[in-house]
Amino acid sequence: MTLPQELEQKFSEIIGKYPPEYKKSALVPLLLYSQDALGKITPELVNEVARRVGVFPLQVEEVLTYYSMLHFPKPMGKYHVQICTNVSCQLTGGPELWELACKRLGLGHKEVSADGLISLEEVECIGACSWAPAIQINYDFHHFVTPEKLDELLDNLRQLQ
Amino acid sequence: MADLVKLTIDGIPVEAAPGSLLIEVARRIGKEIPAFCYYDGFSQVAACRMCLVEIEGIPKLMTACTQPVGEGMVVRTETPKLAEARKGTLEFLLTNHPLDCPVCDKGGECELQDMVFRYGASESRYVEIKHHHDEQQWSPVVYFDPARCILCYRCVRVCSEGMGVNALGVVQRGAYAEIAPNHTDHLECDECGACIDICPVGALTSDTYRYQTRPWEMNHVGTICTHCSNGCKTTLGVRNDQIIRGNNRDRSGINGEFLCVKGRYAFDFNESEERLTTPMIRKGGKLEPASWSDAVRFVAGKLKQLKEAGRQIGVVGSGRVTNEESYYLQKFARQVLGTNSIDHERSGDVVTLLDALAGRANALATVDDLYRAKAVLVIGSDLAHQHPLLHWQIRANWRHHAAHTYSVTAGPVREDQHTVAAIRAAEGAEMNALEQLRDKLSAESELAIVFGDSVKGEAVRQLVSFGDSLGIPVKYVCLVDYVNSRGAMDMGIIPELLPGYQSAAAAGLPVGLTLPQMLANEHLGALWVVNADPLRNTRLAAKEAFVIVQDLFLTATAQQADVLLPSASLYEKLGTVTNVCGEVQRLTKAAQTMGAKADLEIIGLIAKELGMASQMGPWITDKVFAEMQQVVAGYNVPLPVIATGGAAQTLPPAVKIGVETDPALIRSARDTQFTSGTLGSYSKKLDSLLESPGSLYQGENVLALATQ
Ligand code: SF4
Ligand code: SF4
Ligand code: SF4
Ligand code: FES
Repeated sequence: MTLPQELEQKFSEIIGKYPPEYKKSALVPLLLYSQDALGKITPELVNEVARRVGVFPLQVEEVLTYYSMLHFPKPMGKYHVQICTNVSCQLTGGPELWELACKRLGLGHKEVSADGLISLEEVECIGACSWAPAIQINYDFHHFVTPEKLDELLDNLRQLQ
Repeated sequence: MADLVKLTIDGIPVEAAPGSLLIEVARRIGKEIPAFCYYDGFSQVAACRMCLVEIEGIPKLMTACTQPVGEGMVVRTETPKLAEARKGTLEFLLTNHPLDCPVCDKGGECELQDMVFRYGASESRYVEIKHHHDEQQWSPVVYFDPARCILCYRCVRVCSEGMGVNALGVVQRGAYAEIAPNHTDHLECDECGACIDICPVGALTSDTYRYQTRPWEMNHVGTICTHCSNGCKTTLGVRNDQIIRGNNRDRSGINGEFLCVKGRYAFDFNESEERLTTPMIRKGGKLEPASWSDAVRFVAGKLKQLKEAGRQIGVVGSGRVTNEESYYLQKFARQVLGTNSIDHERSGDVVTLLDALAGRANALATVDDLYRAKAVLVIGSDLAHQHPLLHWQIRANWRHHAAHTYSVTAGPVREDQHTVAAIRAAEGAEMNALEQLRDKLSAESELAIVFGDSVKGEAVRQLVSFGDSLGIPVKYVCLVDYVNSRGAMDMGIIPELLPGYQSAAAAGLPVGLTLPQMLANEHLGALWVVNADPLRNTRLAAKEAFVIVQDLFLTATAQQADVLLPSASLYEKLGTVTNVCGEVQRLTKAAQTMGAKADLEIIGLIAKELGMASQMGPWITDKVFAEMQQVVAGYNVPLPVIATGGAAQTLPPAVKIGVETDPALIRSARDTQFTSGTLGSYSKKLDSLLESPGSLYQGENVLALATQ
């Protein structure tokens, strides 16, 4: 698979950071950058990444399905809203946020809006317990989220387009 | 060796090498610590928490599968606290488990069932609905029932570490984690079934065994796999004379638990409806059923008549019958029929190798040596396909002992995953390419060399001088095709040699025809074929020749028979076979097909009919073996060793054989792991797998794995 030139450059840069015998370690960053650059991770990309870091495609799939920030085989929306309902967030209103988001967006767990703009996911702990309830939209964290704040965030997403 | 560490386990003082794992040391003194994920020989994942033990001075419970022994350690393996912890672990494992033991294949030999029984975790505090995923079929062999899986990773490790196939992985996480096959919804793999056997529960099941029976309803008969020359011990599960299962979980035999797809599943030919069960005599151009006594009388009469008329009689033996049968057959041919035209399809140049090594001890590698040698060189074979056990051994040697592997092959092979140096050389050009490895190989402390049929004749001598010139101890394996191909050579199923590599010419025997010569000889009076299919793609030049065929099936050769005698399979026989490394092993009779007879008995009956019974001696395997021990050099192997299921290696002859054989007669059938000559085509299971990656030197699964 030929990669867009920019991504190709990024790949060399990332792989170059690791000693050749540990080039497997580049796996997660390669996948994250590819997902951002290409909008989705395709089976062809899985094979390509596997070849480059010297593992089997199935091992790439293991990593892809393990991490909630990587989406495979189904791509998520341009804005991926992740709501934590693990212990700390559960005690401070996470489940309510989750229900609200479902209702507002008309989406369920790992579902994407028809226009591909927004997707929703109920996630396990995102490491922001001290600021619970917390949600994550793409790479941005939002702390002490109230229903009002969630409304506002979702409105903003619509406007961002 | 470093000083032993002293510790006590459940009050018993023990000594162990530093670094040994508690679970292993405990096992040695008969304390079986429960374990799902730990499996000796594979990496540790510490995923199941069943092996918890108490160690004095450490407040938390420790996993015995990852805990090395320590000086003065006081360990307890069964306490109320541990029982409680294990019960808790089991309760977790059962949260999503379907508890469908009554219909599960594993019931009765399930490790989870045993543990739940032992720790009494029969009640659960979980009331939530169980996750469920339906059973999936991944290949003609492998089924997966995700709900039963306890995520011990054994299957993943046996496939990646053991087999080098890497066809299984774990996708998703937490409660949703699941074993997945390498091609989304199906497997493309060796279909070896190792993952199925190693699964502690009934999550992975085989097409062959699922819903067939219960383990306690079968007899478990340990015998030798009838397919390739590696000679794996396989334990057949037999019920009412029907073979239902093949595995080797008791680890008896040279292969431990290893079996390839053929040893585990390709026994189905035995029950094939195409098995011959009645002798047939050609009448008016058609094969008509006959009684055994009529058929034997007819054969004996014809042979007598042709012999008296001075006609050439050709005898074709096989790498599929026992040593006793081969020995008896050549004795009959040479002493009773007076013909030295006896041959079989030769698949490796054993004769030249043994000649070159004559008089040397420790010059032939055993299957075990391939696991222990510091370095191994593979020439001209794609072992993973052609000699699966040898591939497994060499890979395990690399995994456990960091053995150096070298390969000189025509294309990529699976050993490339770990070879120190892989050289590509066309068949026949391997010897020149070998020079490039000279420096590296001389720096090794010892070497085992495994070579295929492209190294023959002069090249074998060159190889041995190359080995000698390295200045290190070298052992050899000459690869041959089938379960007793090596034994057929040893028993003199070639016109040039008598049993034990004695020159036939020196013994005053006339020059006999080789197999191609027999087939091409227009004057041949009779051709007697025992368990071989030489006419599958050649025509017999002697159109009028009387053709006798002993076989399990109506092969291409059998179709041309004038008399067809149904023979028993190797799973229905007693006797011994000799594997590719020259190791003699004994068979156990597992099943029986009505109407078929062991080839030894068939030959015996013909001899009796000819009035030659006393000259031939009784056709009882043990009696024939006793004679072989006297007559066949190298076969005076210790009986107790093979009688108890062990393997005894034969030595090269003491003096040079001094007989040249024509290298052009040597050609391997190049079976892959999904074929097994004519026999393989009668296995429905192998047939169903023919679309699997089967061609040699494709290097599937080979990739430059990052050094770990
Ligand atoms: S059958 Fe053998 S090769 Fe296939 S997945 Fe199981 S262990 Fe791997
Ligand atoms: S399928 Fe069997 S061997 Fe594989 S992880 Fe599950 S329980 Fe273990
Ligand atoms: S490696 Fe050979 S002997 Fe062993 S199970 Fe496979 S075919 Fe049988
Ligand atoms: S056996 Fe020790 S954690 Fe599984």
